[in-house]
Amino acid sequence: MSSRRSRSRQAESSRISEDQINELVSKLQQLLPEIQTRHSDKMSAAKILQETCNYIRNLHREVDGLSERLSELLETSDTAQAALIRSLLMQ
Amino acid sequence: MDVEMTSSLPSNPVVNSERSLVRRKKKKKIQSQIHGDNLNNNQNQNSAIEWKSESQQHTYSSKLLQALRQVRLNGSQSQTTTPKRGRAVREAADRVLATTGKGRSRWSRAILTNRLKLKFLKKNNITKRQRNVMVVTTGNSRPKKKSKVSIFRLKSKSLPAVNRKVRILGRLVPGCRKEPLPVILEEASDYIPALEMQIRAMSALTELLSVSGGSSSFSSGAAASGGPTDHPGSSRSHPS
Repeated sequence: MSSRRSRSRQAESSRISEDQINELVSKLQQLLPEIQTRHSDKMSAAKILQETCNYIRNLHREVDGLSERLSELLETSDTAQAALIRSLLMQ
Repeated sequence: MDVEMTSSLPSNPVVNSERSLVRRKKKKKIQSQIHGDNLNNNQNQNSAIEWKSESQQHTYSSKLLQALRQVRLNGSQSQTTTPKRGRAVREAADRVLATTGKGRSRWSRAILTNRLKLKFLKKNNITKRQRNVMVVTTGNSRPKKKSKVSIFRLKSKSLPAVNRKVRILGRLVPGCRKEPLPVILEEASDYIPALEMQIRAMSALTELLSVSGGSSSFSSGAAASGGPTDHPGSSRSHPS
């Protein structure tokens, strides 16, 4: 009896966390760019996670490229100060 | 770990640059906020929306500019090669991104902690550890990927592919290696809009700087109107 109870409790706890995980994964799916999520309901959790990993890697690569360009552009102090002034004016 | 870092840093006489002071102040701010904030689901949803807001982007842009100017001042002395400078910019951008998040998420705290660790280790001249920490923080993951695969085959407790993928995801998001699965998913759902905002802000800034490179005041006014709120990738106005 007690073993059955403990087993059912374990099963319940894993089921609850599985639901949580599925909810979180669906939330992640909504964040992904829409072009990639064609069959939005049919995508398995594993595929969503794979897409998420690829997306994050792409974002990292973009940030790296942008920071390279920024480092090249930050050559002279004049441009940096001018950009600062302009951004303040825009706000 | 965090408490140890903050208590040891002030006693270290070697750490005297402006950047470390700024980081210490920011870290103390974030620690005080951690005790006050609770990670609820509502907050997570709100934070995802916040990253898309324009005010957040403006905050980030201005902070980024300040940080980048400091990078330039520090860089002109020691770092002359382009890849090092690019990496320095990336690190500054990540740091500013983390502080804009106001310490609500683990990845932002992890970014800041790793920066402090890096600074600390550099001063002690431990080069091997420095390289490993650099790989962790900047995410340049080619050697790391190979070791990831081998570690998975040794450590695979859980058979489902979902768990494996979440572990891979956990390595991409800073500071989530040892966290349980739902935490990794939460952090990732906050990290992605933050990265997108970072890209928007940085590309807008790049466009600004490239336009101002050889321009007059009229073109700068025209470029400012099509600024960071609209499509950052496309350049509408060109200097005549």
